[in-house]
Amino acid sequence: MSAAAPPASAEEIMAVSASRLLSDHSVVFAGVGMPLVAAGLALRRQAPHLTIVIEGGIIGAHLYPGALPVSTNEMRAAFGAQMLTDVTDIFLLAERGFFDYGFLGVAQVDMFGNINTSIIGDRYKPTVRLPGTGGANDIISLCNETYIVTAHEPRRFVERVDFVTSPGYLSGGRSREEAGLVRGRLGGVVTDLAFMDFDDDTRRMRLRALQPGVSVDDVTERTGFELLVADELPVLEPPSPEELESYRELVGSGGEGGGAS
Amino acid sequence: MIDPVRSLEARREQEATRREAVDKVTSESEAVALIADGDHVAIGGTCYSRTPMALLFALLRSRRRDLTVSRPLSSFEMELLLASGTASRLVTTWVGIGLKWGLPLVLRHYVENGLATYEEWSHLAIGLRYRAGAMGVPFLPGLSMLGSDLASAVGLKSVECPYTGERLAAYPALNPDVALVHAHRADKFGNAQVDGYFHMDVDMTRAARKVIVSAEQIVEPERIAAEPAQTIIPHFAVDAVVEVPYGAYPAECYGLYEADYGHFDDYVNEVRRAGADGARSYVERNAYGHEDFAGFLEAVGADRLASLGAAARQLVPAGATR
Repeated sequence: MSAAAPPASAEEIMAVSASRLLSDHSVVFAGVGMPLVAAGLALRRQAPHLTIVIEGGIIGAHLYPGALPVSTNEMRAAFGAQMLTDVTDIFLLAERGFFDYGFLGVAQVDMFGNINTSIIGDRYKPTVRLPGTGGANDIISLCNETYIVTAHEPRRFVERVDFVTSPGYLSGGRSREEAGLVRGRLGGVVTDLAFMDFDDDTRRMRLRALQPGVSVDDVTERTGFELLVADELPVLEPPSPEELESYRELVGSGGEGGGAS
Repeated sequence: MIDPVRSLEARREQEATRREAVDKVTSESEAVALIADGDHVAIGGTCYSRTPMALLFALLRSRRRDLTVSRPLSSFEMELLLASGTASRLVTTWVGIGLKWGLPLVLRHYVENGLATYEEWSHLAIGLRYRAGAMGVPFLPGLSMLGSDLASAVGLKSVECPYTGERLAAYPALNPDVALVHAHRADKFGNAQVDGYFHMDVDMTRAARKVIVSAEQIVEPERIAAEPAQTIIPHFAVDAVVEVPYGAYPAECYGLYEADYGHFDDYVNEVRRAGADGARSYVERNAYGHEDFAGFLEAVGADRLASLGAAARQLVPAGATR
């Protein structure tokens, strides 16, 4: 990359941070959009033996630079795959425990990591009917460790979601385990401002590290509930020129960011 | 809210069915005559992959009413079914096209105004509902939906494992009245082959009480027998077969053509401008406005279809489809 390359955008900072969570020789179940791009970046960087799984029956996706999928079930998602199977099989592999990581985007997440992609307002007479869970409920219930990747906006970080589409730590404490969700855990939340995890006892979201140039106030101002703050707050490494170059090549000019969950 | 489990009834019906190995090839409109008002229709493929669009357009033209429709992930076809009055109840996990196209405005209109019901299941749950239906058992256990509001909203029940005492979600069998699927090729008896991912079509077609298959190509039985491992639906599960090249358009068909994103852009713009009336005028123009799917494809244009074919070939390995 030339010296004139533009500085990292908020989206790039988030994607790079998320990609670094994925270690080599592991298996990640990625939602389409930012989570999938981050997984694709990890595959091109530190994790060449990473296996990317996509819910449309796709195992070992490689992604076609510049033509990223807009949904979880299309040829762009299947490019370079090792195995194509049915959708149910993918989730049963997750239930069996083969998937080290789940990687999800969110519309709305609360202090216990619960995700809402269904209903704003009354469940029987919604103010806004959102698209629904897709595979998100399954990913966060079944993968060994799930991370949320999202832009840090107040409207996304709410104290309690109106509707728990996908269960984080429910009402905190041991409530997730008591509901029968004993197999997977929620690892943390990666944003363009920070990395957050969950307190071991209360299971409340806790600020754990800051993106470069971001203050604690910047984060709390853009969070719609009281965040716990860890005693020590390291600053995350900024994206390296190599990471940025790899990301930009992957996304390409024809790349699409969004898609089904 | 959950429909009564019909696994035993579906089994008895299957026992009483004579599964004749006869020529089942018919037209789109005659095939969808198997569907009655109020039926539960399962739609094969998922989101905008291998959606049986030709069969759905024929269903729209048949003016059936008040159907329940189920699918793994749903796309704009659900909005067409709602806006035309064909369906009033959805059983699915997600409705949209993709984030790029924003929230599904017609779905919002119908659900937020109490004009239609959206029964939301997790993706594994709906898969195991079809699988239980396919297995002939009344439910299957699993570990999704536990603790979530999805479970309470649909009235999902749980069971205690008789061996370990663990709590498991109990997903009730789904035995749809009719399943519609689009395949790459089939013979006249209904043996159907799919290339690439097969979504939930295998379980869906075994669970359903009647199955309609559209295929890109109807081939000689010898061609099917030459590659028997590609066959995912056996003839005895199939009631009608229809030949429709590009029969999933504007959805994709693995290896043959990519989805037409531009077509989705136009649909979404129409809906943004005119709301549910936009979806209705889409149906008037594209489904009611032609006698059959071939007429619609002619209006789309051969060049456009050919370019989607070229895009598909770039994305799949050589020999991925035949």
